[in-house]
Amino acid sequence: MILILNVCKEKLHYYEFVKPVEDILRNLKIDFFVKNYLEVDKDILRKCDKVIICGTSLRDNCFLENLDSFNWIKDFDKPLLGICAGMQIIGLIFNGKLKQKSEVGFYFENFKKEFLGLNNKKEVYHLHNNWIEFSSEFEEFCDSKINQAVKHKHKDFFGVLFHPEVRQKDLIKNFCLL
Amino acid sequence: MKVGVLFSGGKDSCYATFIAKKNDYEISCLISIFSENKESFMFHTPCIERVKEQARVMEIPLVVVKTKGEKEKELNDLEKAIKKAVKDFGIKGIVTGAVESVYQSSRIQKICNKLNLECFNPLWQKEQIELLNDLIKNKFEIIISGVFAYPLDEKWLGRKIDKNFIKEVLMLRNKFNVSPSGEGGEFESFVLNCPLYNEKLIVDSFEDFGEKNSWSREIRLK
Repeated sequence: MILILNVCKEKLHYYEFVKPVEDILRNLKIDFFVKNYLEVDKDILRKCDKVIICGTSLRDNCFLENLDSFNWIKDFDKPLLGICAGMQIIGLIFNGKLKQKSEVGFYFENFKKEFLGLNNKKEVYHLHNNWIEFSSEFEEFCDSKINQAVKHKHKDFFGVLFHPEVRQKDLIKNFCLL
Repeated sequence: MKVGVLFSGGKDSCYATFIAKKNDYEISCLISIFSENKESFMFHTPCIERVKEQARVMEIPLVVVKTKGEKEKELNDLEKAIKKAVKDFGIKGIVTGAVESVYQSSRIQKICNKLNLECFNPLWQKEQIELLNDLIKNKFEIIISGVFAYPLDEKWLGRKIDKNFIKEVLMLRNKFNVSPSGEGGEFESFVLNCPLYNEKLIVDSFEDFGEKNSWSREIRLK
C-alpha cells in the first residue's frame, strides 16, 4: 500500500500534482491512499509500505513553513520518493540548503548511473523555482550543476527535481515495484 | 481565491472553469485572445468571437485582447491580457484547460510566475477518454468547430461529442494515432451548453471554410 502525500496549499492544485500520480498507480493496479501532509501520524505511516511526496506549484512554498510536519522522515525506514517539492522536503530534513533556480518545461538530463530505471540522456519536465544542495548523505545521479536526482546512501530515499508524472512515468512504477 | 480563466470557448477551458467553480474558486473573469493567425500554436481560433455569448450566459465578465498571432510575440499579448485582468478584477490566479501541451502550459506558467500569480491546470495529464466521459457525465453539450488532421474532414464539423463520438475517435486512435480529445490539435470544439450556463446556446447558422483535412466552422448563435 503506497501513501501519496499531497503538499499543495490550494485544493485546485490536487488535480495537477497529485491526481496524475494516482492515475499512474491506478493504471498499474497498485493500491494507494492519499493524505494531506498535515494529517500524517504514526498509524498512517504504519499502514503504508512506501511513500510518495508529490510536488506543488511554482508559487506555493507553504510547505516550507511547516517543515516540522516532516520530522517523521528522519526515522522512517520504508522507501520514500520525493517529487520536486517532495525532494526539497527530504533535502531540508537532512540539512540540505535551499537554493533558487527557475526551470520550466522540457529539459534533457544525463543520468550517469541508473536511477529507478533511467539511464543516459532523458527528457524530463521541470517546474520549479527552488532546488536543494543536498548534504553528503545523498548521492547525485545526474550530470548537472544542481541536484536533479538523488538517493540517500544508506536508505531507500529518492528525490527528483523534475516531474516524472509528466515525463518518465516509469520512474514512479519502478519505485513502486522496489 | 479570485481567478481568471484563459478561455477559448472549447471543451477544455470550459471544463476547467467548471472544476474551479466546483472547488469554490471565484471566477472573476474569462480571458480570451482573439488571434488573427488561424495557425496559432498558442491560441484556439475557430468560433473564438462566440466566447462573448458564452461569457454572457455564464454571467462572467470577459477580458479580450487581440493578437496578430506571431509566434512568441503573441505571448506579450497574453501577458497584457492577464495584467488587465489583474488590474480590473484583482485576480490572484490563472486557470487553464491545458491537458498535455507543454508548449502552451510552460509559457503560461512562466508568465504567471513573473506576475506572482498562481497557475492552475486542473486537467493536467488527465487521461483523454476519462476527460471525454466526464464531459458527457456532467452534461456538457459540445460540437466540433474545426478539424485539422487526416482522416478527419468536413463531415466531422458540427458533430456532438457523445458516446458514439468516443467510439469513433478510439478507432481513429488505434488506426491513425489521432488523439481522442484532440490534444495534438486534431480538432477544436465549442461548448453549446454546460452546468455553468444559465441558458443553452443555439446555432442559428454556420459557414464552413477549408479543404481536405483542415476545416473550420464559423457559427452564428440565435
